[in-house]
Amino acid sequence: MAMTAAETGGPTPARLHRARSVLALLAALGMGGLTALTAWRIGGYAMAQGIAPVLVALAALPLLAACVFVARLGVLAVLFSRAGKKAAEIHEAREFGARASLRAWNALAWSSALAILLGLAWLLALNDAAVSRTFFDLGLIRRSAGAILSAFTVNIAIFVLSFGLILVWALVVAIARTLPGEAGRPLRVMATAYCDLFRGLPAVITLYLIGFGLPLTNLPVLSSLSSTAYAVIALTLTYGAYTSEVYRAGIESVHHSLVSAARSLGFSHAMTLRHVVIPLALRTIAPPLMNDCISLQKDTALVSVIGTIDAFNQSKIIAANDFNLSAVTTVAILFVALTIPQARLVDRLTRDMAGRRAAGGA
Amino acid sequence: MALLEIDRITKRYGALEVLSGLSLQVDEHEVVCLIGPSGCGKSSLLRCINRLEDTDSGEIRVHGERITGKGVDLDRLRREIGIVFQAYNLFPHMTVLRNATLAPMALLGQRRDEAEARAMTLLKRVGLAHKAAEHPDRLSGGQQQRVAIVRALMMNPKLLLLDEITSALDPELVAEVLDIVRTLAADGMTMILATHEMGFAREVSDRVCFLWQGQVHEEGTPDAIFGDPQKEKTRAFLRDLVKAGRL
Repeated sequence: MAMTAAETGGPTPARLHRARSVLALLAALGMGGLTALTAWRIGGYAMAQGIAPVLVALAALPLLAACVFVARLGVLAVLFSRAGKKAAEIHEAREFGARASLRAWNALAWSSALAILLGLAWLLALNDAAVSRTFFDLGLIRRSAGAILSAFTVNIAIFVLSFGLILVWALVVAIARTLPGEAGRPLRVMATAYCDLFRGLPAVITLYLIGFGLPLTNLPVLSSLSSTAYAVIALTLTYGAYTSEVYRAGIESVHHSLVSAARSLGFSHAMTLRHVVIPLALRTIAPPLMNDCISLQKDTALVSVIGTIDAFNQSKIIAANDFNLSAVTTVAILFVALTIPQARLVDRLTRDMAGRRAAGGA
Repeated sequence: MALLEIDRITKRYGALEVLSGLSLQVDEHEVVCLIGPSGCGKSSLLRCINRLEDTDSGEIRVHGERITGKGVDLDRLRREIGIVFQAYNLFPHMTVLRNATLAPMALLGQRRDEAEARAMTLLKRVGLAHKAAEHPDRLSGGQQQRVAIVRALMMNPKLLLLDEITSALDPELVAEVLDIVRTLAADGMTMILATHEMGFAREVSDRVCFLWQGQVHEEGTPDAIFGDPQKEKTRAFLRDLVKAGRL
């Protein structure tokens, strides 16, 4: 057993990470073999299906290049570990050990990533490429793209209209929920009841009840709206409840000393909200508000349950006609492409805010 | 008639009674310092005077008019009684200038140019005209507190309450704030200060009140209170301050 520095009186011996380095090298070599096998089998199959050899090469070459890169890391790890053993001086040995460790971890991490990619490739290719043909029929995707894109404008329209309404409606609800005093109680209770109800109701049920219920009521105006309008109403009601909670958290996060300061100058409750509380609250709630916004965009796909021809419904029609889900894949890709930039924006806003808080600002 | 009459007020927070039948009168142009140990009710008293806190019994009158109880226009009352807080409480999303002009423009109907002209005059007086366009987080504590005083003065209050306004400041920044209070006192501003700066209290005030157990335990001229206190509690409090090197 190795003695610690305190026991021997000498310096702690250098750690050379030999086992880790060897393991990394083995993993790298193994992945290289598997990748080559995969490229050979799946590439051969793809070419047999009539996919151009250039395209196959374009997919396979980066993977093979990655294997070479990983193998190089593994070799370096082992070499550094051995160099450390031969080093004459302890500090030099430690440095070699550290380098070996770093290369070994890198090689292992890259090997794991490669393994996941290979797994996905096999999933797509197995059973005579059943998965790829079901979800990624390029011909069908190309043929249906026009219809899907034009139906997607319905999703965008529903989203834009409801988000505008939600921003205003939720603020009204949040202000009602934070009304002070005895006189504020009735509205406070109403607002709380509304939030409890629509946060508890699944959005799809709200949509269903409004989209199929209101037309049956024979009420003037309300019973004869378009299904898009019902979708906007239902989503506004559902998301208004969520978003009002976000606003309320923002309003309550404004320090009471600032409210005291405004009230002490003679501002009424409403003026304090307008000049101090809401402007400050809006800054802190930007990230959670964006999250609601993203979530709302995705939930526009729910409107297909009431028969609105949005992108999802359109794609389901195509899927039913062609016995193939590739048009639905197009919709999935559209939604993801739309939300990813916003998700990154939320990350950035959150980071900026954390930075500002660390710097002592508000 | 006194500007402010406080008549046997009590204030409770749950089971804790912080003010127990406290009475105090303040005349126009008078500067009154409240001293006493932490928790003796200094801050609570100030916050009751502008109704940031409600009293449980007793009465407060301003120019003979009752301001406690129901049916008082609090927003109007607070325009006339300014307060400066220990933690400055400037609006962080506004510039220094906007902090000062917001209330007179929104509440007194002043035009932007007249409010800004007056704000610049006051900022110049406190030596901060060059910071008018900055946001509060770019200012030192002492500078922020001077802006907070300007913000209160913009409403032309007839009474100014100063709630331990130097307690949150680094020692070297205390003087710049106290200088302004000194000038205000010389200009005849009626002020009530809760303070731990005994030297300053002695110098600037017309009257010093020692608060103990929610009451004015002893009051008198600064020389009387600091030079020859009559009550045992007052003496003990001042003795502790001397021991701590604060007097």
